[in-house]
Amino acid sequence: MAALFSFRQIRLFVQKEIFVLPSRTIAFFFCLALLLLPLMTKDPYLLRIIIFSSIFAIFAASWDLLSGFTGQMNFGHALFFGVAAYTSALLNLHFGFPPWLTIPLGALTAVIAGLVVGIPCLRLRGPYLALATLAFPIILMGIIFTIPDITGGELGVSGIKPLASSRIGTYYVCVILMLSLGLLMWKIGDSKIGIIFHAIREDEVAVRASGINTTRYKLLAFSLSGFFAGIAGGLYTHFIRIAGPSTLEVSLSFQAIIWAIFGGVVTIYGPIAGVFILYPLMEFLRILPEIRTLLFGLTVVIILLFMPEGLTTWVRDKMEEECPRCKVRNVAWRKTCRVCTAPLE
Amino acid sequence: MLENILINGLIHGGVYALLAVGFSLIFGVARIVNIAHTAFYMVAAYLIYTFATRLGFHLLLAIPLTIVIVPLIGILIYQLTIKPIQEHHVTVLIVTIAVAMVFQEVMLLLFGGHFRGNPSLFTGYLEISGVRVSYQHLLTLVVVFVVLLITWWILLKTRLGIAIRATAQDREVANLMGMNVSRVAMITMGIAVTMAAVAGVLVAPLSVVEPYMWLHPLIMMLAIVVLGGLGSIKGSLAGAFILGFAETLVVFLIPLGAFLKGAFSLTIMLVVLLIRPEGLFGVVFEEER
Repeated sequence: MAALFSFRQIRLFVQKEIFVLPSRTIAFFFCLALLLLPLMTKDPYLLRIIIFSSIFAIFAASWDLLSGFTGQMNFGHALFFGVAAYTSALLNLHFGFPPWLTIPLGALTAVIAGLVVGIPCLRLRGPYLALATLAFPIILMGIIFTIPDITGGELGVSGIKPLASSRIGTYYVCVILMLSLGLLMWKIGDSKIGIIFHAIREDEVAVRASGINTTRYKLLAFSLSGFFAGIAGGLYTHFIRIAGPSTLEVSLSFQAIIWAIFGGVVTIYGPIAGVFILYPLMEFLRILPEIRTLLFGLTVVIILLFMPEGLTTWVRDKMEEECPRCKVRNVAWRKTCRVCTAPLE
Repeated sequence: MLENILINGLIHGGVYALLAVGFSLIFGVARIVNIAHTAFYMVAAYLIYTFATRLGFHLLLAIPLTIVIVPLIGILIYQLTIKPIQEHHVTVLIVTIAVAMVFQEVMLLLFGGHFRGNPSLFTGYLEISGVRVSYQHLLTLVVVFVVLLITWWILLKTRLGIAIRATAQDREVANLMGMNVSRVAMITMGIAVTMAAVAGVLVAPLSVVEPYMWLHPLIMMLAIVVLGGLGSIKGSLAGAFILGFAETLVVFLIPLGAFLKGAFSLTIMLVVLLIRPEGLFGVVFEEER
């Protein structure tokens, strides 16, 4: 009886809370499809694309948590990714730690990297901050190239243990981590901390005038973002089983920004959608190897010219509107608000 | 050794100065962080290669053609892709990254990834107290100096220059004083891209032309403008020569220095920023809200 009741509760929840808004419906089916996909196909190439998309989705969303929410533009986000990748790889190789230990340790190192970057850089603002953060991964890359004995130089560190014994196991580790960390970041964005992050972006002086230590919150944003990006870096290195200098490249930092802004910043789900659209697109374009990056660039330019606030934000604003009285979101074709019955225009 | 460092430092510094001053100008006037700026420098180098080597034009024809065509491309890009979304600063940034990628890929498609060389305008060298300086190097230094002088003159002495500086100081007030702000921005874009094109033309015979040649100067240029203070022309000049010499010193004096040249320059930038967060010549504005 209890089980039946909970089943009814679940059904009601799905009906009243999820299907009520198109964006939630899309998110629901997206999660469902990701979790059920290996039951339908075992194609290792497809699974590989989705594993990479999941890893990069965590990475892009963590950029959003820092730069989208607090407005502290970070151009060197690959630093967190690379530091965690190298840490996990070296811990695994020299001490034989298993992945479930090296990945969190790598993420913690990335948090330390976030503090190392954050403490000096928080005196800078706007474009200065952006360009100063760009420097860190390049400096680290120079160091890595000059001590090839430890870091493997250009070839990187190889011979790392895989995430799981089978491809499907790896798939579930990455997808479930992506969904839960995405949810966690989204919740952080909605919490009190997230509201303070929003406020710092909008008007830092006003936040400080309200008695909030903005420096502490910006450092918190750097650490949180570093932690999530670090997990992505650790997953990546254990999946491709090599940690090379490509994890620190400028293009990876720019890639994160492109994914996040393409999807729509300050949403968390935007960057995830951005990765899940652009990364498979890039793979699909392998059929046209010569012009694939060209088409990628053109797609980004054209989409952003029409939707300068990002894809998900544009789609969401087309499908839903906010109730003018109680600020609850409603389907665009409703006449009255679903909560307070105020008329929608 | 010493003379090599001096010459190379001056040349690198000069080329970086051309790039950084242009970038600074367009940032100051329109608040655009134009990542594609060094892509125009690459396009100019490739155009010179096309005209001089592929089509066999004389360099004296190829160089003016390049310096006219590249700014036109720049203005076209500005009008088509940057202007419609100008108020979304972050989106503009991504669009310029994407534009740079598009340029890189177009060059890769048209010319392949090969390293291309270019003929010099002059061959031979001059001996100054036992030191050989090639004419091409001398020409580069002279051109850098002249272009910077012309830019300085335009900015300080002409009506256009006054309009540019006024817009950079306060866009809204400049608009209220009857300046056509968006046209000023467009012209500034033209001037900035012209400087990038000159830099590309100068570099083409001195180093190899390849589709990824815009990446290293991009990083250096960003470091320079931050080091000197964003939007400050004087700062960009000083920063360019500081980092140009720093880079040359590292390459000549430290084994494996070529790997470290970017890292070293960026460390200098970081140290300066930590001591003076607004850069060497930056002005401390009231916090923008």
